Amino acid sequence: MKDPLVIAGKSYGSRLLVGTGKYRDFAQTRAAVEASGAEIVTVAIRRTNIGQNPNEPSLLEVLPPSKFTYLPNTAGCYSAEDALRTLRLARELLDGHELVKLEVLGDSHTLYPNMPETLKAAEQLVKEGFKVMVYCSDDPIQAQMLEGIGCVAVMPLASLIGSGMGILNPWNLQLVIDKVKVPVLVDAGVGTASDAAVAMELGCDGVLMNTAIAAARDPVMMAKAMRKAVEAGREAFLAGRMPKKLYAAAPSSPTEGTIPSSRSKAA
Amino acid sequence: MIQVTVNGAAHRFDTPVNVRAVLEKLEVAGRKVAVERNGEIVPKSLHQEILVQDGDHLEIVIAVGGG
Repeated sequence: MKDPLVIAGKSYGSRLLVGTGKYRDFAQTRAAVEASGAEIVTVAIRRTNIGQNPNEPSLLEVLPPSKFTYLPNTAGCYSAEDALRTLRLARELLDGHELVKLEVLGDSHTLYPNMPETLKAAEQLVKEGFKVMVYCSDDPIQAQMLEGIGCVAVMPLASLIGSGMGILNPWNLQLVIDKVKVPVLVDAGVGTASDAAVAMELGCDGVLMNTAIAAARDPVMMAKAMRKAVEAGREAFLAGRMPKKLYAAAPSSPTEGTIPSSRSKAA
Repeated sequence: MIQVTVNGAAHRFDTPVNVRAVLEKLEVAGRKVAVERNGEIVPKSLHQEILVQDGDHLEIVIAVGGG
């Protein structure tokens, strides 16, 4: 595998991770996930509906865990205690599965992470043997704390979950990338393909998104666009961009042999 | 007869009843679920062994689409 994304010792070919929520139906979920090329998919843990049709297909049949790496999340948890409970259930549900996405939310309007509770939960989860990918603020010091605790990836928000506002603070993201050795993935806020490309050009190791794909007019086409954007951004990062200059100091075409103009001097 | 709270709703069962039997009665036995009893995980390997008691709180969860 060329240029793999390595998380907790496992290599992945795709640097795009996708959520599985908000799709019209399971057929669209599957089509979008497949078009995205993602190998890691997030899932939520929820109460089963008692009394529903027992033959109704389940997400596990639509996206078989043998084909995708599941990343159970703690979406909707507002305390360390709730997050721990959810992920212990996830581990039982997924037969001892250890790779998880921790997110402890601060409030329902911003879905901004509650960092003290996030740190508390991360510490306990690592103690219990979980491999924790953690949704966090774009604060480089807290990101380092999470790395110090033993999280296998830190995932700062680019802007609020579901906002599609893109990368609002590339400077902070850059600081997190520079300060932390474990993979840094932008989680939340990506709205369109260029946002994903910018995240990767900054040096992020990957991007996790859900709404940007699911809420597009054509989710499957957007999934394809995101796949290309993440690949393009990664290659641009590896290729190393040209330095920015204030003036067009060097034209791209030869300055010798220009045809003289009778009216003005051509550049 | 015992009363057990399952996912927040009251259910009645004849005793003795183990976790496995509860899942069957609620028609979720065929699905991939995880069970918590009074805040503690009940591993699949113990579903037949553990008896549900009057007043127990069970949570039965599945994986659903999420971001």
